[in-house]
Parts: sequence; C-alpha cells; structure tokens
Amino acid sequence: MALPEPDTLLAVDGVTLQYRTRDRLVTAVWRVSFNVLQSDRFVILGPSGCGKSTLLKAVGGYVHPVEGSISLNNTKITGPGPDRIFVFQEFDQLLPWKTVKENIAFALTASGRLSKREAAARAMHYIEKVRLTDFAGSYPHTLSGGMKQRVAIARGMAMEPQILLMDEPFAALDALTRAHMQEELLRLWDDTRFTVLFVTHSIPEALRIGSRILLLSAHPGQVKAEINSTGSNEARIGSMLFDHA
Amino acid sequence: MPETRVEVVNTIAPAGLDVVEQPLSIWRKLYNNAAARKTILLFLLALIWEGYARWLNNPLLFPTFTDTVRALVASIASGEIPRAAAYSIGMLVKGYALGLALAGLLTALASTGRFGADLLETLTAMFNPLPSLALLPLALIWFGLGDGSIIFVLIHAVLWAVALNMHAGFRAVSPTLKMVGQNYGLSKSGYIVRILLPAAFPSILTGLKIGWAFAWRTLIAAELVFGVSSGSGGLGWYIFEQKNQLLIPNVFAGLLTVILFGLAVENLIFKAIESVTVRRWGMQT
Repeated sequence: MALPEPDTLLAVDGVTLQYRTRDRLVTAVWRVSFNVLQSDRFVILGPSGCGKSTLLKAVGGYVHPVEGSISLNNTKITGPGPDRIFVFQEFDQLLPWKTVKENIAFALTASGRLSKREAAARAMHYIEKVRLTDFAGSYPHTLSGGMKQRVAIARGMAMEPQILLMDEPFAALDALTRAHMQEELLRLWDDTRFTVLFVTHSIPEALRIGSRILLLSAHPGQVKAEINSTGSNEARIGSMLFDHA
Repeated sequence: MPETRVEVVNTIAPAGLDVVEQPLSIWRKLYNNAAARKTILLFLLALIWEGYARWLNNPLLFPTFTDTVRALVASIASGEIPRAAAYSIGMLVKGYALGLALAGLLTALASTGRFGADLLETLTAMFNPLPSLALLPLALIWFGLGDGSIIFVLIHAVLWAVALNMHAGFRAVSPTLKMVGQNYGLSKSGYIVRILLPAAFPSILTGLKIGWAFAWRTLIAAELVFGVSSGSGGLGWYIFEQKNQLLIPNVFAGLLTVILFGLAVENLIFKAIESVTVRRWGMQT
C-alpha cells in the first residue's frame, strides 16, 4: 500500500494487470502502488517486459486492473478520456489525413473542449512552443520522426490534460534528436509545470526527465523502489534494479 | 606507437562547382510526365491499328482506326451512342450505389463481432469467385426481363469485392491510431466516422475501384446477352445490334466508348479522389 499523501493527483493502489495471449494468461504487473503528485515528472523505469507500458495503458483506461484501483482526483478510472492524454512511441500516432495544425485542433474540438476558432488559436500557440510554426500546414508524412513526436507532445499539452502519459516517446529517435527532445520537454515543463507520467527503460533518460522514479522489477512488474532523482545516479539505480541481493 | 595524423579542416567555398541546381530540359520534363508518355503510346497504338487494318483490307473483320472514329462521330451525332451510354451509366450508378450500401451494411455487421466477421468471410469466399453473369439466368426468372435482373447482377459484382476491402481496411487500422481516437472522448459514431473511416480509406478506395471495374464489365456483358428492356438498351445492346446488322465500324465504335468511359472514370474520377486524399496524406498503398 502506498501511503496517502496530500496533493495526490493520481493514485495507483495495489494494481494487478493481466492480459491474455492466444494460449496463456500473463500477469504483467503485480500489486503495484504509487502516487503521482501535482506537477510531478514521474518516471516508471524498468527492463523490457516489466509491464510498464501495460501499467501506463491502465492509467490511460485502455486496460482494466484485475485487482486494485486507479483513481484520478479521487475518481476511479474506468475508460479512456481526454483528461489523460497519451503520447505514444509510434510515429503513426498522428492522424495522417490532417495537417499538423488540424491534428491538434481536432483533438481539442473532438473532445468538446473548445470551439473551432479557439482550438485553432490554441493549436498555433502550442505549435510555436515546440517550434514547428513553419510546418503547421504540413501533413505528418512529410515530417521527420522527431518532428512527429513534437507534434504529438504539442497535441498532448494543448489538451491541457490533468496528466500527460508518455510511453517511451523518444525511444524510436536517434540519439542526438533524443537528447534534444529531452531538453525540450524539460523546457516545456518549466513553462507550464504540467504533470507527466513517463515510461522508459533507459536509466539516463529517467534521471534526466524525472523528478521521481519508480523502479519496476521484471516479469511480473513489482515495485522495487520509489526514489527521488536528485541524489540518485546511474550506478545506484542500476544496482537497485539488477542486483538480487 | 602510430604517428599523430594531420587533421583536415576545410572551409566550404561555393567556387568550382558548375551546377548546384538548374531546371531540367523540356524533353526531360516531357519524359517524366506520365500523361505525355501514355499519350504518345496511345498514338503509336492507333498508328499500328490503322496500318494493320489497311494491310488486311477487310472492313468486315477489322475496320481501320479512321473508319472507327468516323463511325463513332456519326453515332454520337445521331444520338445513338449518347443515349445508349446514358442508359448504361444510369444502370451502373443504381447498381453500384446499392452494392456499396449493402457492402457497408455487411461490413458494419462484420465489425460487431466474430460471428459477423465469419459471416462476411464465408459469404465472400463463396460468392466472390462466382461470375455475376452466371447468376443472370436465375435473376431473369426472379426479376423478369428488365432493369431488376441487371441491377441484381451488378450488386453481386460490386458487393463482395467492396465488402472484403472495407473489412480488411478496418481491421488494418493501427492499434495506436485507435487508441488515439479513443483518447479524445468521441462518441461511438464520431469515432467511426472521424477516425476509423478515414484511417481505412486507402483500402476502401481500392475496393471502390475494383468494384466499379467489376460492375462496368458485368453490365456491358449482361446487356449484350439480355440487354433490351422497355425499348431502350445500353452500350452492350448497341454493340450486339450493330453486329447483327454487320455494321462492324459501329461495333468498334461501341467498344471504344466502353473503353473510353472506363479510362475516364479511372483517370479523372478516381485519380482526382486519390490526389486529394490518400496521396496528399501519404497513405497510398
């Protein structure tokens, strides 16, 4: 059990997640608890196959826990919704039939948050924030991988969700672009102090992005530790994750 | 211990290079233009046709290109071909529209669950290989000699190909895109119309193209066999009648009209749809 903390935005309480493949039932995550506070940069870190993506999908409402509960602002999560916007790893997360600006504006109008005109204005505002003003009218297939991810981040931020869910958004990028994007994310966070739940398997990325880091063990994922990134280093995290002592 | 090698650092100057960018020559541009290349090809084919027909010198078997064009112009002027073409196109539109509507229903049913999908797959596997014309005799018994039976075989020609492609298109929508769509809090119908439909559009368009070609072929053939109804016939019937009167240039003119209409639909309508949709979106399959 995670201790109840004041200021808790997202409470994950004793959550077990399972999924079914063709011939077996797999437990991805076993009784995981943690709290995400307002304006946290909360990173879930773990090796491949620790169920961290499944856990994020459960917060997104796409997967339902078989045990335990997830609640946002004390309301139980039952399905996907625009108060938790996902940024995926895959480059095909933008709607290919809409331009950069339309992609962002559509998210805003489809969720019924803004009128068409307000949506267009806000879309441009966030496109400027991720420095893609020149590409506002471009279709996604003409953009590079890094630019697509920036659009997806801009879209997520423009929705101004309670919490932004990022599933290894930089994993498919080259090392240079990746480092650049990490910096940019931190700059954006300095700007608006949004709350973000970020999944990664890279220890350096977790240290750079996160303010608080949840370490999951492999298969099924269980909480090894929940630490602050200040005062931690790669060696400490590495030994916590991989030493069985 | 190797010696320290000298490093090379250049300053890039724009000197010494003839061409950075220059427009292509007019011939190169013409060669790159598919329409221009195809026009030249068509011209050559017409030339070969003309040459062969003159050499054969038997207008009953194989009229020349110029005779065919003359017959075509005459038949258009007399209103025969326009009337026949209008009739055929009218039938095509009716049959095609009904076929699409049914394909949409069937795909919707297939999307509700496994049994629906199984039903679609089984029906398609059964009926897709069955030539529409094979159903014509039966259709004549059920619907009589007239529009009804032709529309029936047209629906059969369109339905399965379109339903199969639509269904495949919906199934191929990437899971990520589906999750993105669900994330927006759209209503069920909004989700289908604004996410699934455009995402599956490349496959749907392929289905529409195949369906249209099947329908046009089937229609002309059906008219050829049992075309006449209530005093007016389509292009197929026109071809059949002209053959009976041994007006072979007119037969060729009728065939040419069928081909020209096919080319027009393919190159004007479908190309136009493609260029504002799947091509612009980079979703061309």
